[in-house]
Amino acid sequence: MPEQLVFAMEVVLNGLMAGVLYALVALGFVLIYKASGIFNYAQGVMALFAAMTLVGIMQGQVPFAHLINATFGLHVTHFGWQIPGFIAILLTMAVMVLLAWLVQTFIMRHLIGQEPIILFMATIGLAYFLEGVADLMWGSEIKTLDVGLPQGINLWIDERTFNIFGYGFFIDNLDIVATIIAALLVAALVAFSQYTKQGRAMRAVADDHQAALSVGISLNFIWVLVWSVAGFVALVAGIMWGTKSGVQFSLSLIALKALPVLMLGGFTSIPGAIVGGLIIGVGEKLFEFAIGPLVGGATENWFAYVLALIFLVFRPQGLFGEKIIERV
Amino acid sequence: MMLDASEGYVTADGRQIGGVVMEMKNITLRFGGVVAIKDISFDIREGEIRAIIGPNGAGKSSMLNVISGFYVPQEGEVWYRGAPRPPMKPYEVANQGIARTFQNIALFEGMSVLDNVMTGRLNYMKTGLFAQALWMGRAEREETENRAVVERVIDFLEIQHIRKTPVARLPYGLKKRVELARALAAEPKLLLLDEPMAGMNVEEKEDMSRFILDVNDEFGTTIALIEHDMGVVMDLSDRVVVMDYGKKIGDGTPDEVRNNQEVIDAYLGVAHD
Ligand SMILES: Nc1ncnc2c1ncn2[C@@H]1O[C@H](COP(=O)(O)OP(=O)(O)OP(=O)(O)O)[C@@H](O)[C@H]1O
Ligand SMILES: [Mg+2]
Repeated sequence: MPEQLVFAMEVVLNGLMAGVLYALVALGFVLIYKASGIFNYAQGVMALFAAMTLVGIMQGQVPFAHLINATFGLHVTHFGWQIPGFIAILLTMAVMVLLAWLVQTFIMRHLIGQEPIILFMATIGLAYFLEGVADLMWGSEIKTLDVGLPQGINLWIDERTFNIFGYGFFIDNLDIVATIIAALLVAALVAFSQYTKQGRAMRAVADDHQAALSVGISLNFIWVLVWSVAGFVALVAGIMWGTKSGVQFSLSLIALKALPVLMLGGFTSIPGAIVGGLIIGVGEKLFEFAIGPLVGGATENWFAYVLALIFLVFRPQGLFGEKIIERV
Repeated sequence: MMLDASEGYVTADGRQIGGVVMEMKNITLRFGGVVAIKDISFDIREGEIRAIIGPNGAGKSSMLNVISGFYVPQEGEVWYRGAPRPPMKPYEVANQGIARTFQNIALFEGMSVLDNVMTGRLNYMKTGLFAQALWMGRAEREETENRAVVERVIDFLEIQHIRKTPVARLPYGLKKRVELARALAAEPKLLLLDEPMAGMNVEEKEDMSRFILDVNDEFGTTIALIEHDMGVVMDLSDRVVVMDYGKKIGDGTPDEVRNNQEVIDAYLGVAHD
């Protein structure tokens, strides 16, 4: 097999795994957008907030320590205990549910029936507010996150591919685990929305608010549920990304990676988010591999957007969206 | 016809009607300067088919929306089963056994007919979120039981052949029927229908009339319906409320309102498209 092709295979594999993470972040957007028509600009910051909270809880950090110390003249920073990753994840999830309830009760509930642009603005406000709260609660320094996920090159794959191609693929264990978890999460979300009572109610709300009310569904409850699920997705994305590159502000920028995925897959399609994520992941890695050296590299920053724009021109409804036909 | 709240009456076709289920007391509803409902009172009795008629813009849909909790009146009280009802959200009203359809069909267009009708059973599905994830057996049994009710409703309304069809693909008349199916799946005590036959051809209207009568007959469901077609109203209903410009101008059996001069002037005199 030609050498270039073998390298390309490795690139595709890595692209697929990056794509799964993009898909996961995009899914958070799709869930909220479908159920409430809100484009949640804060999705990325939610991932950052979740990751910071997780680290804070694991290390036994005192939340709002700066504030407490400044107010009462104390010097507390840590409780002095460590909490195991698994329990800390559960606690963080509880925090994300609380956040969902707060957002719904104090912001979104009062904006029902407003123009989409107003709702969008509200989520921009939420994003910056949440970022501030996260800093105030846990401090703004870069933190490392280690919940016990395996990291480093996968030797088994390295060995096998070396035996076959004479070249060992570099595949990170963390990427493999992330892919498996993301795939499981997606499967669980699909099963949840197809087969449970709450999932059915969620789909109903996404489809028609009036009709949903008439069959006895509380919109408020569903929206808290949807924001909680989006919070859960943000937590998972935050764990993956945070483990990989540290918990810091740039984590909130993964939301920017989700945008082209949404342009490609459509804002309302769950399969669209998944396939879109994979296409972007593989596309940008392959492009960087094949064309990058010719143009001086760093194509990963913009390639996804160009791909999405080209796509948008020819298929504005996204991969799986219904064709939009103007009624006249 | 004078009626006591507790006593019923016997209809022209010999059906026994019971006591008051729902009573509207001096309802007034305004939208800014527009008074959609002006100090209206009437009741709905157990087992009857109660019609609300009136010219366009009379306030009929508004009245139905007040009953189902979609609109909150500025004045007046809604009594349900002998007690005043506190202000309620539409979903809470639905949980009390009141189902409805809409004048401009509100279905879940992206779902199949079966899934749409299944949503009518949501109130009956009690297994919680975690129980569903952990205790599959019970959730499955619940699903099967509710599915059986839904299949009966689907048979009853003769829409077996479109069970799996996405609602968006159905013609108007069938959509109306699916919407009725969804409301019936909730096994409501009180069924509210906003112009169930609007926009239908003669044959479809006959089918729909038959279904409404059958529902009332077989399940004893109390029905309040809005309808424009006077012929249909006269055939279907036991008692009729007539509205005009937000006011009640008549209330009684079809024969009584038909011979009421004010109704003749206001309603029948108004040409209707
Ligand atoms: N949500 C609303 N906001 C403002 N005005 C409303 C609203 N709903 C109804 N109205 C007004 O209340 C009045 C009564 O409307 P309603 O829809 O109840 O009439 P209707 O008897 O059902 O008429 P139709 O036969 O055309 O369906 C109308 O003047 C209408 O414009
Ligand atoms: Mg109306």
